[in-house]
Amino acid sequence: MTEVAPKEPAIEVENLVKRFGDFTAVDHVSFQVERGSIIGFLGPNGAGKSTIIRMLCGLLTPSEGRAIVSGIDVAKDPETVREHIGYMSQKFSLYGDLTVMENLRFFGGIYRVPRTILPERIRFAVTMAGLEGREDSLVSTLAGGWKQRLALGCAILHRPPILFLDEPTSGVDPESRRRFWDLIHSLSEDGVTIVVSTHYMDEAEYCNTIALINRGRLLALESPTTLKKRDLGGDLLSVECPDIGKAISLLEGQPGILDIAAFGNAVHLLVDPAKVSCHDLEGRLTTAGIPVERIGSIEPSIDDIFVRMVGENSPQGGAG
Amino acid sequence: MRWGRIRAIAVKETIQIRRDTRSLIIALFMPFMQMILLGYGVSLDIKHLPVCVYDREGSQNSQALLKHFQASEYFSIIAVLKNYREAKAALDSDRCRIVIAIPHDFSQKLSDSGGSTVQVLADASDDNTANIAIGYAQSVVDGFAGNLAVAAQGFGGSPAMQNQGVDLEERVWYNEDLDSRNYIIPGVVALIMALVGALLTSLTISREWERGTMELLISTPVQPSEVMLGKLLPYFAIGMLDAVFCLVFSVFWFHVPFRGSLFALFFTTSLFLVVVLGVGFLISAAIKSQVGASQIAVLVTLLPTSLLSGYAFPIDQMPPLVQGVTYVVFARYYVTILKSLFLKGSGLEDLARPVLAMGIYALVVAFLAGRAFKKRLD
Ligand SMILES: Nc1ncnc2c1ncn2[C@@H]1O[C@H](COP(=O)(O)OP(=O)(O)OP(=O)(O)O)[C@@H](O)[C@H]1O
Ligand SMILES: [Mg+2]
Repeated sequence: MTEVAPKEPAIEVENLVKRFGDFTAVDHVSFQVERGSIIGFLGPNGAGKSTIIRMLCGLLTPSEGRAIVSGIDVAKDPETVREHIGYMSQKFSLYGDLTVMENLRFFGGIYRVPRTILPERIRFAVTMAGLEGREDSLVSTLAGGWKQRLALGCAILHRPPILFLDEPTSGVDPESRRRFWDLIHSLSEDGVTIVVSTHYMDEAEYCNTIALINRGRLLALESPTTLKKRDLGGDLLSVECPDIGKAISLLEGQPGILDIAAFGNAVHLLVDPAKVSCHDLEGRLTTAGIPVERIGSIEPSIDDIFVRMVGENSPQGGAG
Repeated sequence: MRWGRIRAIAVKETIQIRRDTRSLIIALFMPFMQMILLGYGVSLDIKHLPVCVYDREGSQNSQALLKHFQASEYFSIIAVLKNYREAKAALDSDRCRIVIAIPHDFSQKLSDSGGSTVQVLADASDDNTANIAIGYAQSVVDGFAGNLAVAAQGFGGSPAMQNQGVDLEERVWYNEDLDSRNYIIPGVVALIMALVGALLTSLTISREWERGTMELLISTPVQPSEVMLGKLLPYFAIGMLDAVFCLVFSVFWFHVPFRGSLFALFFTTSLFLVVVLGVGFLISAAIKSQVGASQIAVLVTLLPTSLLSGYAFPIDQMPPLVQGVTYVVFARYYVTILKSLFLKGSGLEDLARPVLAMGIYALVVAFLAGRAFKKRLD
């Protein structure tokens, strides 16, 4: 076991590349993760989030580049790295035909948690997951939120200093998501380094660092606050109207409209303030028979930044 | 290698087997089904075996005896021969499997001493058929007159037929009931062990891939050899249980005699199980789908074991090239051992060669299985 020097980052990635045939899934990605911090991988489907995480866990061999996890080169000594990490794969991968306790005991055995402390660790995991009273339920019968928390419980039985969580909250109700993030935060406070990938923009706010990934490339690596201050190159307007689709097709590509995207029941527009104003827009929509319920300038959210940056990184380079 | 991890995997695997109907059916019900199906279904008993007759006496008595043969459902007389040369030619050309020869003093001896001899000339290269045919000949002769004896003579394709005399007692004693079931059942045991063992283990790795649990398992520090041992231990126990069941069923239900040592049986069965489970594990590691893996497992075990192990079809009757192939079929050694243990009562020391062959097989397969699957997704 290698002791990590206090200042040394938990994870160091240099020019990591993964190719599947002639398709490049991860394209020269470099970053560092401080110990005890939470880094969130944000990106659309197929961005390469899982592929990076799998390379860091030693499950995939990098085509190029270097990954140092807990001070160890993953390519050279994956087994030692595996002693230091906990992993939650994107697809739920505990044993559905085993009970909660049986799963916990299995992973306790696999990670060689000493028998004297295993019961206490298991009790902690059960309490953390809120599974008291369900110790003997088959895992396949549990609802999504419980499953995810149990998977986290199994991943931390051996108290790994680094956790990789690949979309741990996908398909889980908002209340369970919130609970899950509370757990992540308390682990981080205990000094655990956490790498988490997600689709949910709101979750990005919970991370210390956001890694914006699209098409295998790292587009941004900064704190949520810095990310939100990014200059989008225009003013952001939000328009609420009944027929969003019609509004988008009317305005898309018009002079002064830099970007346009649907956000729930609103349309977010990035406009050149010299060419387009709120008043002018409202007039155009009303004339086209689209009543405007609300229109105004807004502060960009991570979502807006994300859509804008991903749009710029797309082959069309236009609206995302 | 850490015992703690092996145990964790073995415990997990046992729980999964207990909760999986399909595994339970294969482990517990299939041996029973196979025993019944193969024990009753496959019969090598011979009907209407083509025979030639050589009546050296040509008396009323001898003709009456030949009519008995003709009437029996076991034989059909296809030719009447005039001398031993013709008899040999008929056997050599495979025109018939046996020749019934009635000596010139048949009636004389019968009236003098009340007993006489009938010769049965058989192609000794076909052990099994010859033995069964000789037994049937005896029963036909018995039906004719209580005290007629059959003297068997075998030809191994050598011209010196007179010197190739085969003692009937010697040839037949290891299967004295002449029940083809006795000959088959020990092989059925091998067949069951091979099929059950490989089928069960062929699912263990592929199931983890299919359900996505493998990705998590290989992210842990567990070693491939620990996974192999942990997974195979419960199946080894099941295999041994099935072996006991097969033995009990063979002896007490089918009344197949077991004359060898139980220690030798369980020792060789362990070796065989290691090979079979290892092969199933290798297949499972190579093929990531459960259906695919189980189909290959059936193909790799059932086919060679049923056709090339000598369990029903004697190896020495196969064309030389095929005989050569049987040396690769590991079930061949186990079938040889089982037949010797059941019927001849051989000990481990008599079986040194097949036991050694199985031992080598077991080592090689265990070695390969220990590094069969890579802890990688690519
Ligand atoms: N084993 C593989 N062989 C070939 N292509 C692969 C393989 N694994 C992933 N890919 C491809 O690499 C790209 C990145 O996949 P990855 O799973 O890393 O994306 P992701 O960001 O995790 O997406 P999602 O949000 O859908 O999970 C995808 O286009 C995917 O099709
Ligand atoms: Mg993914």
